[in-house]
Amino acid sequence: MDLSNGITTTFIGYMKNASDWVTFAYDAPFARAVVFGVPIGGHLFVEGLLLVVILFLLSQKSYKPPKRPLTDREIDELCDEWVPESLIPPIKEEMEKEAPVLESAAGPHTTINGKDVVNFASANYLGLMGHEKLLESCTSALEKYGVGSCGPRGFYGTIDVHLDCEARIARFLGTPDSILYSYGLSTMFSAIPAFCKKGDIVIVDEGVHWGIQNGLYLSRSTIVYFKHNNMESLRTTLEKVTQDNKRAKKLRRYIVVESVYQNSGRIAPLDEIIRLKEKYRFRVMLDESNSVGVLGKSGRGLTEHYNVPIDKVDIVTAAMGHALASEGGFCTGSHRVVDHQRLSSSGYVFSASLPPYLASAAITAIDVIEENPQLLTKLRDNVKILHTGLLGIHGLEIASDILSPIVFLVLKKSTGSLKSDLQLLQDISDRKHSVFVAPSKRSTLDKCNLPVGIRLFVSAAHTESDLKEAYESLKSVAASVLTGQN
Amino acid sequence: MITIPYLTALTTYFSYGLLFAFGQLRDFFRNLVDWWKASNLQGYAPICLGLEDFYIRRLYLRIQDCFGRPISSPPDAWFDVVERVSNDNNKTLKRTTKVSRCLNLGSYNYLGFAAADEYCTPRVVQSLKKYFASTCSSRVEGGTTALHSELEEVVANFVGKPAALVTGMGYVTNSAILPVLIGKGGLIISDSLNHNSIVNGARGSGASIRVFQHNTPSHLERVLREHIADGQPRTHRPWKKIIVVVEGIYSMEGEICKLPEIVSICKKYKAYVYLDEAHSIGAVGKTGRGVCELLGVDTADVDIMMGTFTKSFGSCGGYIAGSKELIQYLKYTCPAHLYATSISPPAAQQIISSIKVILGEDGSSRGAQKLAQIRANSNYFRSELQKMGFEVLGDNDSPVMPIMLYNPAKIPAFSRECLKRNVAVVTVAFPATPLLLARARICISAAHSREDMVKALEVISSVGDMVGIKYFPAEPKKAQLEEGRVKEE
Repeated sequence: MDLSNGITTTFIGYMKNASDWVTFAYDAPFARAVVFGVPIGGHLFVEGLLLVVILFLLSQKSYKPPKRPLTDREIDELCDEWVPESLIPPIKEEMEKEAPVLESAAGPHTTINGKDVVNFASANYLGLMGHEKLLESCTSALEKYGVGSCGPRGFYGTIDVHLDCEARIARFLGTPDSILYSYGLSTMFSAIPAFCKKGDIVIVDEGVHWGIQNGLYLSRSTIVYFKHNNMESLRTTLEKVTQDNKRAKKLRRYIVVESVYQNSGRIAPLDEIIRLKEKYRFRVMLDESNSVGVLGKSGRGLTEHYNVPIDKVDIVTAAMGHALASEGGFCTGSHRVVDHQRLSSSGYVFSASLPPYLASAAITAIDVIEENPQLLTKLRDNVKILHTGLLGIHGLEIASDILSPIVFLVLKKSTGSLKSDLQLLQDISDRKHSVFVAPSKRSTLDKCNLPVGIRLFVSAAHTESDLKEAYESLKSVAASVLTGQN
Repeated sequence: MITIPYLTALTTYFSYGLLFAFGQLRDFFRNLVDWWKASNLQGYAPICLGLEDFYIRRLYLRIQDCFGRPISSPPDAWFDVVERVSNDNNKTLKRTTKVSRCLNLGSYNYLGFAAADEYCTPRVVQSLKKYFASTCSSRVEGGTTALHSELEEVVANFVGKPAALVTGMGYVTNSAILPVLIGKGGLIISDSLNHNSIVNGARGSGASIRVFQHNTPSHLERVLREHIADGQPRTHRPWKKIIVVVEGIYSMEGEICKLPEIVSICKKYKAYVYLDEAHSIGAVGKTGRGVCELLGVDTADVDIMMGTFTKSFGSCGGYIAGSKELIQYLKYTCPAHLYATSISPPAAQQIISSIKVILGEDGSSRGAQKLAQIRANSNYFRSELQKMGFEVLGDNDSPVMPIMLYNPAKIPAFSRECLKRNVAVVTVAFPATPLLLARARICISAAHSREDMVKALEVISSVGDMVGIKYFPAEPKKAQLEEGRVKEE
């Protein structure tokens, strides 16, 4: 009790002291000061005191755990200890396989290991490779301009044939303008990042080729895949994206499709895509690499095939290394679309331009297509012959469209892994001695998960007997290889 | 490192500020006018949002006649520049049929193989007849002809590596091969001024990317040490591998890579070296084998050697050279090899033939002469420019020599005035260079004769006086000039 009494007394003593302080404060010189007619009492002193305390606390460093950066010796040790992976994984058997070497041009017939074979591995759809007129125009261009252009388009790499070629392509396809790229693969992966930026929405078919995949990755847009060539899936995806995202109207929105899919040979139903695009207000990017010079009455591609005006498709790209039997690529569309790429598309700005002779080859190829529409019918007939011929092939089925110049054979029963599927298909391809076909290879970077298959590129230059030889030997080889497997 | 005088920096900022302000003003009035028009977008977002194309609309279009000038002849020492006219203040340019014969100081025609060549062209035409213009197929399918195999052998032998892989485009070579070599968990350390194709390749790979100060081995070492010690971000796991990417000659700077130092640092820290020789292969070195030969670096120490054929060889395409296993692996999985059309046979033949000429395998000494010529030409031209008081970047022996312009108004002035005097030069501005550091770039060729260069120097000197770009006194005294300058990277 005494103790508590003592504490209380001490406490009271402190309180008294404090109140004396306060009283003193109120008595301090400014305590009775009046500012603007308001007596401020002892506030000034108390507040001043608080301010001092606050300043004192602020001036103190906050507590931080002591930093102990790595010493040079420690870093040295870490650097010494670090063991990098080897640059490449160990070489396995399947990596050692060399591609077949052609001893003559890759025309409808070619020579491999000294033997004449029918070539189904070149996308020479119209048989324009080695066409007399193309060779002529190439030769004269080579003699006039040399081979390379020695500069990007901006810096004296624009040669008059480039401009002529751009105008010719635009005139052929009925678009206002077009722009040439120096390589087919770089066309899509440069054009996409020029238009799609971070935050934009891109709806894309899951079967698109690597060039498009890479372009999308580089664009950093929001990418949503829909099921391969499945319009119902596209519709639900569009619906979902538009509903989910309230800001969707303010973002750039694109649908990216291929006209004839390199990975499956299927044809995109453009009429339906255009209907959906207009409903949900998306722009369409269409890769016409395998359809220009193939589809449509006069070879103007998928838009002509579906009777869709080409201005409904906002951006059309294509590689010229197929039906046009040249190289490089182009993108075509409105002036705005084309001009924007001339300074914003990295593959155009930062790369040397297309060798002039290839531009003049493309011009001549378009001329030839316009003059010889029978080439297109011949190609379609050939595809049909091969299709019918391949019906009932053992263990394989045709995945491609009846109009597609790529006849795509996939295994009816997958072995379960991509690698063994490929091996099987490779076996089939290798066994045929008079017909040259190649399985569709897949890079480890490629995210496409469609089944691999044997890809036959049909050409208008194939004769009926070539085709017959192809389907007959394919059938017999497939029967022998795949029967053994099952 | 470029040092820009204070006054010039100020006036350059002022000029861009003015251009920006006027651009905004014009945009404002344009929007007012357009506001009355019904919007024709119908619910689509515009193709270019906001300020994305401001630079093009309000700055680039005003001087677009200085870029993309069409030519109607091969890009040889002299070429025909097609004249263009505009009826709408440079918004669109129309080609005319008039041409003017100009001295070409812009093309990457280092060895003069751009034009028809007595040895190459007949062989190229022959190969066209034999293999046609294209194979219409990728390399793994049906696009490998005997010519392609020969080409890869010739290239591997030329650059001094066991094997090589050739693709049809230089840009694609970089941007498709980096993602194959490295991915998530890897680190790419890239020179700050590397070419866009490397930047895109690095981005496409998914690896972490760090940058070191342009051509500064000491900074590279610092970055390497720091990042090896830190490991991967957040998880701090050790990096899977580190690739250091450098270029042989930097095309916008004309500088030669400090390869020996960089290689020894990379060796010390177990990083792989990726060397892009786009501008140096064929152009420098005693036998044209690029910076490794010039600087005495053993090619075995450079893990991945990349280069293009568009420049010295007057063709197109690019290569990767390295160990046999590396090339085998790339051939197995590189998208450029698997999916892209193989290089056009005539272009392949041009490379083979031009390498033969360079190595003297054509039975003449033309190759050696060309190499001696380009070296003499470059060094003569560079030293003359420096004597005149221009601010010339780059190192001796490099055929690329940028002349600093800085102020945006000087870009078109220099380009147009030179063209008026029949000298075609390249001017480079943003986005290829930093905003402040606009420059003109001279590329010297072995095809230039002494008279050509004397004429060019006369013209450049008189235009330089007119435009006011002789930032140094005629006899440069570097030590005094260093003071009073802003450092700019």
